[in-house]
Order: sequence, then structure tokens, then C-alpha cells
Amino acid sequence: MTYKKRLDGRKFDETREIEAKTGVIKKADGSAYFRIGKTAAYAAVYGPREHFPRSQQDPKKGVLRCNYNMMPFSGAGDRVRPGPNRRAKEISMVTKLALNPVVDLSDFPNAVVDVFIELPQTDAGSRCAGISAASMALADAGIKMKDMVSAVAAGIVDNTVVVDLDYPEEAYEDGDVADIPVAMIPSTEEITLLQMDGKISREDLKKALELVKEPLKRIAEIQRTAIKEKYQ
Amino acid sequence: MRITKMNKDLKNHVEKALMQNVRIDGRKNDEFRKIKIETGVVATAEGSAKLTCGDTKIIAGVKLGIGTPYPDTPDAGVLMTGAELYPMSNPDFESGPPSSYAIEIARVIDRGIRESKTIDTKNLCIEAGQKVWMVNVDIGPVNSDGNLIDLGALAVMAALKNAKFPELKDGVPDYKHLSKKSLPVSRTPVEITVHKIGKSLVVDLTHEEEKLSDARLTIAVLEDDTLCAMQKGGETPLTMEDIDSMIELAIKKSKELRKLL
Repeated sequence: MTYKKRLDGRKFDETREIEAKTGVIKKADGSAYFRIGKTAAYAAVYGPREHFPRSQQDPKKGVLRCNYNMMPFSGAGDRVRPGPNRRAKEISMVTKLALNPVVDLSDFPNAVVDVFIELPQTDAGSRCAGISAASMALADAGIKMKDMVSAVAAGIVDNTVVVDLDYPEEAYEDGDVADIPVAMIPSTEEITLLQMDGKISREDLKKALELVKEPLKRIAEIQRTAIKEKYQ
Repeated sequence: MRITKMNKDLKNHVEKALMQNVRIDGRKNDEFRKIKIETGVVATAEGSAKLTCGDTKIIAGVKLGIGTPYPDTPDAGVLMTGAELYPMSNPDFESGPPSSYAIEIARVIDRGIRESKTIDTKNLCIEAGQKVWMVNVDIGPVNSDGNLIDLGALAVMAALKNAKFPELKDGVPDYKHLSKKSLPVSRTPVEITVHKIGKSLVVDLTHEEEKLSDARLTIAVLEDDTLCAMQKGGETPLTMEDIDSMIELAIKKSKELRKLL
């Protein structure tokens, strides 16, 4: 173990500070804001509503459609060019796959539920923040759900397993880094999103997935509290 | 994929057969189709490979160009991986802008190579801040019968290893005369996608089998069994145990495939 103290002083299994709110976008049927450290995500849900193009309708159940987008000024480096790019398209797709197992749209054949995720500011972990926000927004919209989906990255920085890497940790140069975005259904501990960039052994990966379980459950609690708060 | 009555019955049948370790085409669950790789098949590319595996046939080509580096990495060249799913290669593929599946294939292959630092992009620098080599590697399936990520990644590695720099004439590449200098390829990541169908884990699925898949996990493995990229796909969640068994199988199969390069 060479990475003994995290760059920002957090404990290894500690996430950045989290702020969660629901009902932040009045026009939407459901909405949420989820901020983890300097990464902030808005999610808005519209629908169930009519699904166009018609060729994409499913006569058996409603369809979940997700769109992930970074605002042009949300990256630390160059301006992010607006519009869909390959990265955003891939993240939109894995976001849908992460959320789909918990939502039940069988009451709405041929309809679509749109989830729009917009990021005003990012510092690593944006897809996970987006998924956590989207899950709250879906609940806020009254969509029938089995459970929440909570997401945060696990990872390894120079042989030390950590949770919720920020950008300086992702860019750590004195040792190997792996970033592993994970989304979990807290009640069953099933994984609905799993990606990985970097270098890691099979044993360390197991450790990382074990370490991230508790933080994910804590995030689920924060999400639930935020949903209830709207009604108090 | 929408499940119709017919493929629901087929799925039940296939799931039962997989429990007995038998596939639609008679293979075992962990058995790849026979793979053949030829390199240097495209004269206009600086590196190329043609891979056949069962009915899947993929061409990968490398084009080397000169460009300006990104401002945050002035002394590093650029590696880009692209994939297109030609309607020619499968009736389920449509013309138009790349589908999210095509983008996923390209990005997952790219990640395996990039994260393992297979190509040291610092070695692609010609003049810091001004001129670097841009490595563009693209895969084009001629016939798509499944497992495009693993086979595409394998074809890409073969093409990268086959590539030679063109001679530089007054700072401009002379594509008619390739030098003897190869690309700085230092590692050999191999990607293995393990699918879960029912309770069984299966590799190298045909297009028809992929329609029955519940979930998949692509794992890029290096020579020393470290993992350098992962991607989960499919609608069904995975348990921690699933993930560990999938990684075990991927590590085992990666050794077989690496021998082909």
C-alpha cells in the first residue's frame, strides 16, 4: 500500500459530501438534483407520454429513454462541444440499462418515459451522479419501482481500494488507477451498472466491489430521505 | 431485444440445453468458434487484419496521419478506435448514423487498448505541441454473426501489430513507401465477453444466441491476468458471484485467444 492518505483527506470508503433534493424542476413530472463533491447532476422525468417515432413503441409496456448531457461549461478543461457525442451516447445507454431493472412500465403500453440528465459541473463520477439523480426523479414522478438505484464509483489508486474517486485521484500518476462505476439495487445487492477503466487484479476488484456496498446503501438512504422531504 | 412467443420457447429450450453444456451449434458453453487471422490484407492501410470466426468476418485497418496534439497532452500522439455496423453484414443493422451498439463496441475496444497503455502515445510525438502521429484504427464487419466486441478487439490488436509508419517526405507522410518501423505496441490486451443466459455462462455467442442473452460482461485482460477494462451490458442485473465467475472464465479464455496474435 503506497497510497496511504487520500489527496483530499477522505477515508477510503468515504464518499464526497452529498446533497440531494427532489422536485427541483417544476415543469417536469418528476425531478431531482444530486451533488457529490463538485459533481452535480439534474434529472428530469417526463411521461409516461406518447412515444415517437412510432416504430420504437412497445405494445406490451412503456419504454424508458435516457439522455445524458454535459453542459458546455461543465468540464474543467476545454469547452464541451454541445450535442451528442460518442461518450454521451454510450453513457445514456448504460444509464438506461442501470435503471430499467427497477422500473415497471407494464401499465403504459406504447408510451415512453423520458429521463433527461444534465450536468452543470463535473469532477469525475458524473454518470453515477446522473443515475442516482435519475432514480430519485423517477420515484418523484410516481413511476412504479421495485427499489432505488444507487450509484457511485469504486476504484483503486496505487494499490489502495477506494470509493468515489474525484478527478485528481483519477488522474493520479504515481501508480496504477482503476475507476469502476457501479450501480446497485440496494435491497438485493444486484449490480445493474459495471464499467471499468484502468488496471486492477481479480482479487482487488472483488475487494473494491465489497467496499462500495455500504457507501451505496448510505446513498440509497440519502436518496430516500430526499424524496420524503418534499412532502414534509 | 423484444421477446416474442417464439423466441421465448427457444430461450427456454436453449437454457435447458446450456445446463447440459450444449449450444445450438453443438459447442460447449466455454468454447470459441475456430478463429483465423490474416494480416496485411488491405494495401491502402498502414496495418490491417482480417479475422474470421465461424460466420463472423471482420476487417480491421490502421490509418496513420499527422495532426496537432491535444493542448493538455502536447507531447503525446492520438489513438482513435472506430466501428461501424454495415447493413451489408447483417439484416438487423440499418444505415444511418452509428447506433449506440456500434459506439459501445468502438469505445469498449478503445478502452482496453488505451487503459493498458498498449501503445505508448509519447512515442508518437514528432514535434511537441505541433505535430504528432494520429493512429486511427477502424473495424468493419463484412459478415456479422455475433461476438463483435471480442473479435473486433482481436482484429484491432492484429492490425496494430501489423502497422508500419509511412516514410516522411518534407514532413508529409508518403503513403506509397512504408518504413520498416512498427507501431510501439507493448502490451496485448484481449477482450472476452461472458454472457449470462438463464443460469449459464457462455462465451463467443452467435448473433442468434446474443438475442437470448440476459446480461453480458466484457472484460479486457492483460498478459499478467490484470484486468484493464470492463463493461456490463444487457438488461438483467448481476450478482457479485456472477461477476467473479465471469472474470475467472474471461482470464482463462484470454490466454487461448492471445496465442493467435
